[in-house]
Amino acid sequence: MDILLKGGRVVDPASGTDAAADILIKGGKIAQSGKDIKAAGAKQVDCKGKVVLPGLIDVHTHFRQPGREDEETFVTGSRAALKGGFTTVLCMANTNPVIDNKGVVEYVYAEAAKAGLINIYTAAAVTKNLEGKELTEIGQIAAAGAKALSDDGKPVMNAEILRRAMEYAKMFGLPVISHCEDANLSRNGVMNEGALSTRLGLKGIPRASETVMVIRDIEIAQLTGAKLHIAHVSAKESVEALRQAKKRKVKVTCETCPHYFTLTEEAVSGYNTGAKVNPPLRTKEDVEAVKKGLSDGTIDIISTDHAPHSAEEKDVEFDFASTGMIGLEFAASLVNSELVKGGVLGWKEVAQKMSMNPAALLGLEGKGSLSEGSDADVTVFDPVSEWTVDAGRIESKSKNTPLIGKKLSGLAVITIVGGKIRYENGKFA
Amino acid sequence: MAVAWKNKDLLDLESLSTQEIELILETTGSFKEISQRPIKKVPTLRGQTVVLFFFEPSTRTRTSFELAAKRMSADIVNIQTSSSSLTKGETLKDTARNIEAMKVNIIIMRHSSSGAPHLLARSVAPSIINAGDGSHEHPTQGLLDIFTIKEHKKKINGLNVSIIGDIAHSRVARSNIWGLVKLGANVTVCGPATLMPPEIEKLGVKVTYDINEAIEGADVINMLRIQLERQGQSLFPSIRDYSMSFGLDAEKMKNAKKDVLIMHPGPINRGVEITPEIADGPYSVILEQVTNGIAVRMAVLYLVSGVKERIG
Repeated sequence: MDILLKGGRVVDPASGTDAAADILIKGGKIAQSGKDIKAAGAKQVDCKGKVVLPGLIDVHTHFRQPGREDEETFVTGSRAALKGGFTTVLCMANTNPVIDNKGVVEYVYAEAAKAGLINIYTAAAVTKNLEGKELTEIGQIAAAGAKALSDDGKPVMNAEILRRAMEYAKMFGLPVISHCEDANLSRNGVMNEGALSTRLGLKGIPRASETVMVIRDIEIAQLTGAKLHIAHVSAKESVEALRQAKKRKVKVTCETCPHYFTLTEEAVSGYNTGAKVNPPLRTKEDVEAVKKGLSDGTIDIISTDHAPHSAEEKDVEFDFASTGMIGLEFAASLVNSELVKGGVLGWKEVAQKMSMNPAALLGLEGKGSLSEGSDADVTVFDPVSEWTVDAGRIESKSKNTPLIGKKLSGLAVITIVGGKIRYENGKFA
Repeated sequence: MAVAWKNKDLLDLESLSTQEIELILETTGSFKEISQRPIKKVPTLRGQTVVLFFFEPSTRTRTSFELAAKRMSADIVNIQTSSSSLTKGETLKDTARNIEAMKVNIIIMRHSSSGAPHLLARSVAPSIINAGDGSHEHPTQGLLDIFTIKEHKKKINGLNVSIIGDIAHSRVARSNIWGLVKLGANVTVCGPATLMPPEIEKLGVKVTYDINEAIEGADVINMLRIQLERQGQSLFPSIRDYSMSFGLDAEKMKNAKKDVLIMHPGPINRGVEITPEIADGPYSVILEQVTNGIAVRMAVLYLVSGVKERIG
């Protein structure tokens, strides 16, 4: 059925739109965008007071399939995405088995198609089994449809291997997404290094562990001319290094995640494993630097690093707890309350960082925009309503988030994927 | 002493008030006498079950706790595993819940991970006493050190206490720092920069990398054990280099105050962090620390058990 979204604030940076308008969806595409559109027979949706965005795209998701279907699957992960307003995700390769060859890439696409709720793309590993030693068959992987290469979860410690991977990936137009962490500097570290790690007697991870690798990777991007994307930027000095690189016109983009602009290391006080994440939550100074990086354009993308973990992996000694937190269901709300209401970003910049730039990074034709002819992936967001995070109502199969019990502001009310309403006011269709 | 003991657990000294620490020290005084008696037993904890739950090898601390509990007539169970029982597929919390289901009263816990006793304290009903967690705290060691200092110096407030050695990995250092700073001592920490945790001065201590500076003017010198296996982790070049820079010997002691107390939580690496003549010398109170450890642990068991009857 055709859908007519009436009177919302349509924000589409790709076409320079930010105005009250209607959007008509026909046959899975955006048919028309403008004032007072009439469409007999279309399902009319009143979007007054809502923000209509190109469907949100998360370039950093862990759906744990294959291997840890007890923690997340394409179905449960897709439901979490829809509830959070995401229409497209990029899965990381650190599954079991690792997504490091054509066969596993094809398996992921086949299983994702069975779920059939959102657009699921996958990254594939840079090196076989994420070991940092031997390149994966990048040509085969690209042909199978992987959209990026990443050993995410681990750094590629050998700079020569990263260099060759980037040169090779360049032939296929694939970006390399780098998890920047010097494994020697961060060895056995479980939280940010500083006064709090000293007090808690936990091994710290210095900010330099991230920044030295950001700087190294920028130089390799310069050397190779390949597309480099820096994942989950958390440290002040990393933001600055990226700012300088962009001034030098190095081909580099980067992302941060909501936890790096909303939480500090204080969240781990009392050995709260829910706040154990890698890179670790840092200090107020870093949070401010990340926000600055978002507002001045240094940071291109807001991703979630949605990392589901079972209760058994979190309800243990801090040293042994898995790292990561789920994020798909909360990201847009945190962006709304912390960045939009906080005066850091306007909705145009939000649409850029959560849809347009992700689509450009992954080379997704027809996505990241609401202009006529684009894929009808649309997120209708209510910036006013408040809600409280309740573990019992989390869609993700895993409930690992430090936000349980917290009040959030704003929520996705309608999520449309390929012209079909998949989520509307708390209900899945 | 108006303050009453209200805590189910003893997890660390950081979270205790000055009054609570003073209460433990005062209670320790009453218990010390019991160990001097020919029959070293009081019925205070009769009918109570105490579990010693040790995930790390320990002789001194475990024996000290065991004797403390036995001298108070508690029933004791020892659970000692070389590593976390996670290797058997059971989580720490599940193991603790099983122990809880056996209706025990107090769990005394030693674990290689910082915060492990905090996890248990949140998860199970019995009282948890931290007998050392990772690099975090070792509260009864801190308390027995402070008790020993107070016995000799009659006060803590205003004393200059130097803690020397591997501060970064030391739970003894952290418990001493919190306790001493709360009671008004001037604490200096000294060790190689590689074994100094970041921003330690925010705990209210002075930092020096010069052992002579730490010795001069100190009323108390607490030498920490250096773990020999740290040598391979590029935390210091060699035992020899460490020993020459940070080991306490007669030569360095020339600048010490005449009534300085030399302490060590044990076990001692003789000739590494401290030479035998100093460890066994006239300033040393190292064995008194061990004796006082039992009294401190009796006091802690008494307080957390909530037993209100008078000591026998």
